[in-house]
Amino acid sequence: MVFALCLLPALLVFSDAFEITGRLGANPIEEIQDRFGIWALRFVMITLTVTPLRRITGWNWLVRFRRMIGLIAFFYVLMHFLTWLILDQELLLSAIAEDIIERPFITLGFTAFLLLTAMAATSTNGMRRRLGRRWQQLHYGVYGVGALGVWHYWWQVKADVREPLIYAIILAALLGYRVWWQRRKQRRPQQAKQMPVR
Amino acid sequence: MLILKPSDIRPSEITSKSNYLNRRDFVKAGAIAGAVASGAAFAAPALGAIAPPQRGAKLEGVGKSPFSTDEPANSYEDITTYNNYYEFGTGKGDPSANAGDFRARPWSITVDGHAEKTGTFQFEDFIKPFDLEERIYRMRCVEAWSMVIPWVGISLAEVIKHFKPTSKAKYVAFETLNDQIRMPGQRRRVLDWPYREGLTIAEATNPLPILAVGLYGEVLPNQNGAPIRLVVPWKYGFKGIKGIVRMSFVSKRPRTSWNMSARHEYGFYANVNPNVDHPRWSQARERRIGAGLFARKQPTLMFNGYGEQVAHLYDGLNLRKNF
Repeated sequence: MVFALCLLPALLVFSDAFEITGRLGANPIEEIQDRFGIWALRFVMITLTVTPLRRITGWNWLVRFRRMIGLIAFFYVLMHFLTWLILDQELLLSAIAEDIIERPFITLGFTAFLLLTAMAATSTNGMRRRLGRRWQQLHYGVYGVGALGVWHYWWQVKADVREPLIYAIILAALLGYRVWWQRRKQRRPQQAKQMPVR
Repeated sequence: MLILKPSDIRPSEITSKSNYLNRRDFVKAGAIAGAVASGAAFAAPALGAIAPPQRGAKLEGVGKSPFSTDEPANSYEDITTYNNYYEFGTGKGDPSANAGDFRARPWSITVDGHAEKTGTFQFEDFIKPFDLEERIYRMRCVEAWSMVIPWVGISLAEVIKHFKPTSKAKYVAFETLNDQIRMPGQRRRVLDWPYREGLTIAEATNPLPILAVGLYGEVLPNQNGAPIRLVVPWKYGFKGIKGIVRMSFVSKRPRTSWNMSARHEYGFYANVNPNVDHPRWSQARERRIGAGLFARKQPTLMFNGYGEQVAHLYDGLNLRKNF
């Protein structure tokens, strides 16, 4: 159910491409790329919301969805990346390399993609057991992915930073909450022990 | 290469060949276009991007031009729903969604600065002395996409000549209407309003630039810069200032909007140049709008393919520095 809901934006891209539900407009490639990109960022934000929401509401069952939402975020990043790679750059290696090296906003986005790929590849229970402590360290990388994603968006827009600013504020709140929680835990170690920080 | 052909017959094929323009028809056309547009906006202001575009009234007496390209033009829908016109919002679909109830008549244009003839003119009087011409031009946006657009306009060179600039006039500066009520996008300071653009006198008196007042043989739609906008086909699209209310003959290089916003990204000249990249977009290739989902990008041409007419303007100028 939740899974199907998460894939709805992707489904809409396809049905719009065939003009069943809507249209992709005059520049369909840009539209597809933008839609996958914005949903990727949204799902990264949603995974980062799980822990704060769980602590505030006590709804511990939320954590069951976290891995799935993380993989959904990876799916959207992957689609965003593939749209750029295949439809926009036509798999032209020179143009792709030039973009990654010379355009800072693409360097940022590509780095975020690599990080998230590593996390998705190690998301199985088996990998988690095998990597042990290092698994946890690697998956803290999601904070970096959030920051890189917002930064990538910020540098991509021409002059109107209103939307990236909204994501920056959300990200700051989500990360700020974790800092606050950490500090509180250090001050009152007894109380916070019940719930491990992540 | 696959390019969607407009279903319409080329306006140049159906409009009268006479160069004579019936002024009263133009005025009437404008009024009707305004009424139709505002009616549409009243009915469904948010549907602008989805609803079939409202067509403007036909322009009479539009001549042809040897400068027109024979490449297939983009569809009316593409040209009128994919616009950068921050006065009506920063999204590509915003201008067509938000400019519907903009009233482009009555409209006046002020000409000032170093010229023998100056003053404020009603739009109809301003264009009266000049022939309407169809110019089918390539339009290359700095964002690395392009279109082919059948403009109708008047030669900027003729307009400049008409106002008799003095020897002190080295540049022509243009300004867009500054009105937060009529142009809701100006309520946010995304750019330092009003929008400003400019050309050197040599550029402005080249035969290519036009002041466009129509599209596809019809009155210019609001989202494309009604009632009058600049078209300079060898420069990036942002040089084509829309909704012009002022034209000034000045001695110093005028400040221009995108250059003021990010001077390392957008230069004053802004000539289309595949060898000088923008920090965010490679300028080597461009995506032709309407070419389809799997069409390849095409190589961008120096001066957007208009080098024969304009390259001499930049003899001895370092185009990498003066981007």
